[in-house]
Amino acid sequence: MDMLDIAGKSYSSRLLVGTGKYRDFEETRLAVEESGAQIVTVAIRRTNIGQDKNEPSLLDALPPSKYTYLPNTAGCYSAKDAVRTLMLARELLDGHDLVKLEVLGDPATLYPNVIETISAAKTLVDEGFKVMVYTSDDPIVAKELEEIGCVAVMPLASLIGSGMGILNPWNLSIIIENAKVPVLVDAGVGTASDAAIAMELGCDGILMNTAIAQAKNPILMASAMKKAVMAGREAYLAGRMPKKYYSASPSSPTSGMIS
Amino acid sequence: MVDFAFYPIGIQLETVELTIGGEPKRFDAPLSVSSLVEKLSLANRRIAIELNGEIVPRSRFDSTMISSGDRMEIVTAVGGG
Repeated sequence: MDMLDIAGKSYSSRLLVGTGKYRDFEETRLAVEESGAQIVTVAIRRTNIGQDKNEPSLLDALPPSKYTYLPNTAGCYSAKDAVRTLMLARELLDGHDLVKLEVLGDPATLYPNVIETISAAKTLVDEGFKVMVYTSDDPIVAKELEEIGCVAVMPLASLIGSGMGILNPWNLSIIIENAKVPVLVDAGVGTASDAAIAMELGCDGILMNTAIAQAKNPILMASAMKKAVMAGREAYLAGRMPKKYYSASPSSPTSGMIS
Repeated sequence: MVDFAFYPIGIQLETVELTIGGEPKRFDAPLSVSSLVEKLSLANRRIAIELNGEIVPRSRFDSTMISSGDRMEIVTAVGGG
């Protein structure tokens, strides 16, 4: 079976989903279930002091026994903050060490700061974390992050939350061609065709959140994304026919015509 | 702010003042991390705690005492992409 291997563990789903921006935990649960995702990203935030003891939590909606949690460093603008956040995440999740590193550089665009990202990746790898790293689509930076020891490299297709789709398929192709670790497109996918295109390029998987959560019907979009990722993967494995400007090769036989 | 360093040794302070997530809080002394977690109704919640920049493992909640002036962060997992 065609599996996605990350840090020594195999996953049948190549779609990873975020858990933010949903209406409530029930919608989160249903959309994640429908997406077929086995890895879900979560953010680490201050606990509300004085909240109702029985108030539902994300951990109830998506039990860590059923899903592989991928704690992220969303909102961190320095290597120091990112490392601190993931240290807390590891404690929170009983020593779980598979994490998503992202260090942002600009609150307006949410473009990654690759200098801080590289610095944080070094520290985290030294600390024993298995780092899936969000980065720009710069092939040199992607390779550098792989060489530091990140277990997966996750370039953006376009900016976080933009839904602009695959803006630079050529850079993604270079990253995929050079990588020895899984390459996942993280951020920018807007609809199912974007996901399929990314997979057809040879990406090992896709991580998305907004495209599902902010669809008019998130649960239906989760289903569409699941199929798009599978279809794109199969098309990649099948190997597409070459593109030709025109072709004198009809699909039906040229012999045996009745006239 | 009261500077507790000026209190003579041997006098039992009655309260502990700390910040949790940047907010000032006051509790009766003595205060361990586990008793604080109990008072905040977080005992059955999945949380992680940092005290003065250092993570306090769950196994040390009982034995870790909180002093006035301490800075604490209590975090949990929330929805995010």
